[in-house]
Amino acid sequence: MNQHSIAIAYTWASILAVALASVVGDVLLSRAMRQVGDVSDLWRRSGAWTVMRRTLGNPLFSAGVMAMALSFFSLLFSLSWGDVSLVGPAAASLTFIGNAFAAKIFLHEKVDRRRWMAAVLVAAGVALLAG
Amino acid sequence: MSFRKYLVLAGVAVFAATGDAILSQGMKQTGSISLHRLPTLIVALLNPFVAVGIVLLVGFFATYMNALSWADLTYVLPASSLGYVLLALIAKFGLHEHVSLSRWIGIALISVGVGFVATTPAATSREDSSRVAGSGPERVADNATEHQRAAPGGVES
Repeated sequence: MNQHSIAIAYTWASILAVALASVVGDVLLSRAMRQVGDVSDLWRRSGAWTVMRRTLGNPLFSAGVMAMALSFFSLLFSLSWGDVSLVGPAAASLTFIGNAFAAKIFLHEKVDRRRWMAAVLVAAGVALLAG
Repeated sequence: MSFRKYLVLAGVAVFAATGDAILSQGMKQTGSISLHRLPTLIVALLNPFVAVGIVLLVGFFATYMNALSWADLTYVLPASSLGYVLLALIAKFGLHEHVSLSRWIGIALISVGVGFVATTPAATSREDSSRVAGSGPERVADNATEHQRAAPGGVES
């Protein structure tokens, strides 16, 4: 492999890493917040301290934040190999599509045809806006 | 869905888009940061654009977590992308910047996508989990009666 194709391989591998870490982070945070329950209701009933304690004390929340941090550092790595006009939209689009799959499989959300359409349309739209 | 929940979703969209935009404006002013020049990171934090951008992104995270506590991930994410549509519209009509045809197409695609999601219920998995949880003990009870029914048969044979 020459230098150019190595750079392309690194760029796409890091874009996949950004999207994967971001999807893992979103799924973990979503599950954590579901366990915490409706934050506004909880705030009204038990106060801000309970909301903070329950959210920050949730292990899935900490894991989700760590995955998001990993995604951020992968993005920095990715940007050092590829152009921002490729890395930004590609990572954002892959994250949208990946989240639809992950939400269906791991969060058991009902991802019906309308939500699939939305995921594809928003992914394409974000790619066009960011490109 | 209550007005408060729409307000939270609007907050997610507005905080995400304005936070990103203001932070990137600040980072353009401070210049690139590398591991060899870490003190520039502190200079960057003192930049008012960067500071305001960070505050807005903290606001994004708080509203995003609030939204995820009562809505599906596949509901919140498309809604949050509306912020980028808002930014493009501000660029066009507020700042009189040129918005290219491909960006207008992007705006249209996101808007239609969010329109699709808006016709679905905010939370689908919670209904599922409550139904499954509700049917759990019944299923155990069913299994128990089946077991009891099967047991005498087993003795007979």
